Amino acid sequence: MTITAERETKALKINLGLIILGVSVFLIIIFFLAPIIWQVLTSIKVNEDITAVPNVYIPSKITWEHYIELFQRKPFANYILNSALVSIISTLLCLGLGAPAAYVLARLKLPFEKIILVAILIITLFPYVLLFLGLLEIIKAIGLGNNYFALIIPYTAMNLPLTILVMRSFFQQLPKDLEDAAKVDGYETIPMLLKIVLPMTVPALVTTGILTFIFAWNEYIFALTFITEETMKTIPVATAQLGGATVFEIPYGAIAAATILATFPLVLLVLLFQRRIVQGLTAGAVKG
Amino acid sequence: MSLDTIRQREQTTGWLLVMPALLILALVFIYPIGRAFWLSLGRQNLGTQLQPVFAGLANYTRMVGDGRFWQTITNTTIFTIASVSLELVLGMTIALVLNQSFPGRGMVRTIAIIPWALPTAVMGLAWTWIFNDQYGVLNDILLRLGLIEQGISWLGEPTLAMVALIIADVWKTTPFMSIILLAGLQSIPPELYEAHTIDGAKPWQSFTQITLPLIMPQILIALLFRFAQAFGMFDLVQVMTGGGPAGATETVSIYIYSTVMRYLDFGYGSALVVVTFLLLITAVAITAFFLKQAQKQL
Repeated sequence: MTITAERETKALKINLGLIILGVSVFLIIIFFLAPIIWQVLTSIKVNEDITAVPNVYIPSKITWEHYIELFQRKPFANYILNSALVSIISTLLCLGLGAPAAYVLARLKLPFEKIILVAILIITLFPYVLLFLGLLEIIKAIGLGNNYFALIIPYTAMNLPLTILVMRSFFQQLPKDLEDAAKVDGYETIPMLLKIVLPMTVPALVTTGILTFIFAWNEYIFALTFITEETMKTIPVATAQLGGATVFEIPYGAIAAATILATFPLVLLVLLFQRRIVQGLTAGAVKG
Repeated sequence: MSLDTIRQREQTTGWLLVMPALLILALVFIYPIGRAFWLSLGRQNLGTQLQPVFAGLANYTRMVGDGRFWQTITNTTIFTIASVSLELVLGMTIALVLNQSFPGRGMVRTIAIIPWALPTAVMGLAWTWIFNDQYGVLNDILLRLGLIEQGISWLGEPTLAMVALIIADVWKTTPFMSIILLAGLQSIPPELYEAHTIDGAKPWQSFTQITLPLIMPQILIALLFRFAQAFGMFDLVQVMTGGGPAGATETVSIYIYSTVMRYLDFGYGSALVVVTFLLLITAVAITAFFLKQAQKQL
């Protein structure tokens, strides 16, 4: 083969590679976004468009009636507030309990440390369906049914393993000098944690908090089982239970609108904090 | 103060800081499992007016002859193996693509996380709508392409309902797989590939001889998480098929849930919890063993 011919095949190869790359990127975008886009379109279509056969892709008329219907027929503002409340409080609790625990597991040599860490790792793999029966008993026994704490406590617990693992790997990377200096200055452990370590920890806490918020917002089986009072339901449960005025009527438009409301805050979080989410997830899964 | 007392005080503070987290974990994770072991040894259902009556291993002997239980185990296994292996292949492909450099890569990486962040139950509804037999967009596309002549009842046919569940699950959880695998790919030094290519290796050879062995730990960890999650899948099935048609997509979780919440059979429900727990622990132990092996080889 002459040199020019070789160059040409090489150029051809590179071009082909670029085309394959372009097509795959395009397919990835379509695959991940199409179901969401379809819900957005359904949520702003009028009912005639929604049930048109063959399907109408671009709405002939844009309407907000499905969104308005949600707030008029159901306490949808409540659902959103419930989800926000339960997710935020459990996230704060989780960080408050998990971060100090993670610090201790990273820095101090406690006996049984290994066993504790392995137990925490195994726990992350338990499906919640194995837990709801035992928790339901406790909740009934202490009269916690239809109380936000019936969700806040399990959500705090289910996010603790991730929080401990992510924060522990953060503390392990933190240089120890400042803490040693503080000890020489006579700081006790807890004041030192609050005054010196905490300010450096804020970014890691934010990263972890975003993940725990997402998990709490998305939880389904506990929310379905422990809360039966209509006005106290969280948004995933309320959305899944949306029915029509009659058994035969399925409100496709309203369901689509509800899925958009339930997913919007999370899409926003991903758009704003993509890097942190990836960091947190990989730190939790891989380094743990 | 001697060094020993300082150390001792540190340890005491340490335990004080760890304890609240450990207690709440024990309450929410350990207690319910332990309780299930205890309850599974008794009958506690509508027949006993919901009072516990000791019954030894009666619940377990009943399980052996319970065709519905075996059906759910089969369904769960099929669902788990099919979704997790598809996710692995797809997640790996996506991770490889996202590891290339191209304009707009940051945005595409962001998009590729979105499904992971959304509530499974809610997106289950979105997929139910896509698979709708009358107005569903999937049927519409297939009809327009001339691949089918009339709409398919995706969620109404046993096999197709399972396929639909698997597709929805793959959509939802492939991002997790690709995030973990991409992190693995990024940790491989590019010089390794350069040296290998100079030695005359083809891309496929580089993939199997460098990439795969080096990211094996990430692969196994992602598989471990995904396996456990898929095996306990509840939200998606409950929302999309409710376990139907005719129990064709009923997973173990769905069966446990309806045994407890619909039939109010706490004894048998607990026995199902125990067996599912033991199956899962065994599978996890096997995967963890392979993980250890893979890490040793590095």
